[in-house]
Amino acid sequence: MDLVQTLIDATALGVLYALVAMGIGLIFGVMRLVNFAQGELIAVGAYTLFVTKQYPETVRVVAAISVVVVLGLVMELIYRPLRRATAATMLVATFAVSFLLQNALLLIFGPQGESIEFLPELNQAIGLGELRVRWITMVSIVLGGAILAAMSWLLARTSIGLQMRAAAADFRTAQILGVRAGHVIRMAFLIGGLLTAVVSVLLAVQRPLATPTYGFLVLVPALVGVVVGGLRRLVPATLGGFTIGFATVVLNDLLPSGSRVFLNSLLFGIVIVVLLVHPDGLFTGRARVEERV
Amino acid sequence: MRMLRRWWPLIAPSLLIVAISVVSQLASAAAQRQILSVLVTAAIVVALYVFIGNSGVISFGHVSFVAVGALTAGLATAPADVKPTTFPDLLPILAELEIGNIPSLLLAAVVGGLFALLTGIPLMRLSGLSAGIATFAVLIVTNNVFRNWEAIGPGAKTLSLIPQTTGFIQATIGLILVMAIAFAHQLSPPGRRLRATREDALVAGSSGIDVHRERLWAFTLSGVLAGFGGGLLVHLLGSITTDQVFLDLTFITLAMLVVGGVGSLWGALLGALTIAGLNSVLAEATRGITIGSLDLELPGGIRLLVLGLLMLLVLLLKPAGLTNSRELRWPFR
Repeated sequence: MDLVQTLIDATALGVLYALVAMGIGLIFGVMRLVNFAQGELIAVGAYTLFVTKQYPETVRVVAAISVVVVLGLVMELIYRPLRRATAATMLVATFAVSFLLQNALLLIFGPQGESIEFLPELNQAIGLGELRVRWITMVSIVLGGAILAAMSWLLARTSIGLQMRAAAADFRTAQILGVRAGHVIRMAFLIGGLLTAVVSVLLAVQRPLATPTYGFLVLVPALVGVVVGGLRRLVPATLGGFTIGFATVVLNDLLPSGSRVFLNSLLFGIVIVVLLVHPDGLFTGRARVEERV
Repeated sequence: MRMLRRWWPLIAPSLLIVAISVVSQLASAAAQRQILSVLVTAAIVVALYVFIGNSGVISFGHVSFVAVGALTAGLATAPADVKPTTFPDLLPILAELEIGNIPSLLLAAVVGGLFALLTGIPLMRLSGLSAGIATFAVLIVTNNVFRNWEAIGPGAKTLSLIPQTTGFIQATIGLILVMAIAFAHQLSPPGRRLRATREDALVAGSSGIDVHRERLWAFTLSGVLAGFGGGLLVHLLGSITTDQVFLDLTFITLAMLVVGGVGSLWGALLGALTIAGLNSVLAEATRGITIGSLDLELPGGIRLLVLGLLMLLVLLLKPAGLTNSRELRWPFR
């Protein structure tokens, strides 16, 4: 029964990381840019929930989602001049935005953290036989799963989804065939922002203390998952995000309590090995030759 | 004359550093400490440049070599009679070790280089984002191990009572030495081959350059210099925690490199001087300064905010950095 319990918790965290990973993957697909500052979107969402404490829950959720989405679109404006820059420049630029926002949050709210108090009753567990499952775990799995399903429908069946996939496969050819670059990139940031906002709200219930590094601590493992899964394609990227969340919980339960502090070493050690064996990602099929240079 | 001209991109910045050191003898003790830390940070940035600048491969992991160097030099020089009481779990060989200043710097360089070589052998097969994430993973693992395995690192405690031997003489000579090695490397055949792989790895490979070997060699050299820089740092601070050589230092040194211009030694140095200088001014300003009749006092966290903003602006307006990634030109015709 312990095992089932672990698997349920692992799935819940996996789904959250999968949503973040999909946001990263969408933006990378159309822009070849890894947005480190996506983590700060999560943090800003959490702080918005904190600031709107005295309002009803619906207002708070709507406020958090709007703020996150708008900030995501502002980021797109900032990154616009970088569209033709090298990978290293873009990486450092998004790192700078992330750093900037973290320090802005630090300046406004201070380092000690703020208690969000968003729907704390969802943290209560219900008994299913011998299992004890928290409401938020079920909400995360169901809602996250539904969103992932909706996203795959959007990408497979709608015009904008097709355009995004085309742009991700070959941006210049897609442009020649009539895909509008600016539009696709804005849509990617919009949808990425929405996904991140959902994560922010779901996370606020389970991790009720908002700190300036709140989002960064989620983004790093998700990003690692994306690269391990395969950055160049959306499904592998999302799967990678899911895997890293899932593996974190499972490994944490498998490790004897004395060596739990080394969880990060184990996890990132595995990441290094995976990257060496499959530089192009675990779930992408054949590795491509050019990456091995 | 031709020699002078060829080595000018090294000589001119070195003269600048000597000038800074001499002039700062007139400054207050607090300002002197700031300037010392600028010089040491610059040495670390130049160490990063040796690999990142010449190979074009991003590395988020170099601060782990700095950390290894700093902790090695720190543990090797902290008094042997105090170590066992503060760090009971330390390996006996580390607990009994007590060596002088210069040997500890050399040891830091050797250990940093060895660590870089060991991690580089597998990692140098990667490029692009995979390399970025893999080196970042190295940074996380290194920090995690030093922080939690008290046989080889200080754990969550502060390693203190390290002799503060990095004065102006040591910092100046150290920085110039690091720059000289960096410059000699970039002029040498391996350096030129590496720069060829930066421009186009496939073409370089098909012209007979062993991309993996050139990158590994530079990575190791860069690890040696980063370890040495870590040694200088720990002898400046006198005490160290694992978090002082982790994410913040990674960010700030990369920011310096990018702001100055990744592709040149002069860029690495200028970026370090500019950002560190600005950092010091802002740090003063948060304590309150008076310019003419104007009293200026900035709120505490604004320093890092301004730094982030500046870095972003430079990236957006001058993607190749303040120096356009060029070396200093010979000023006479």
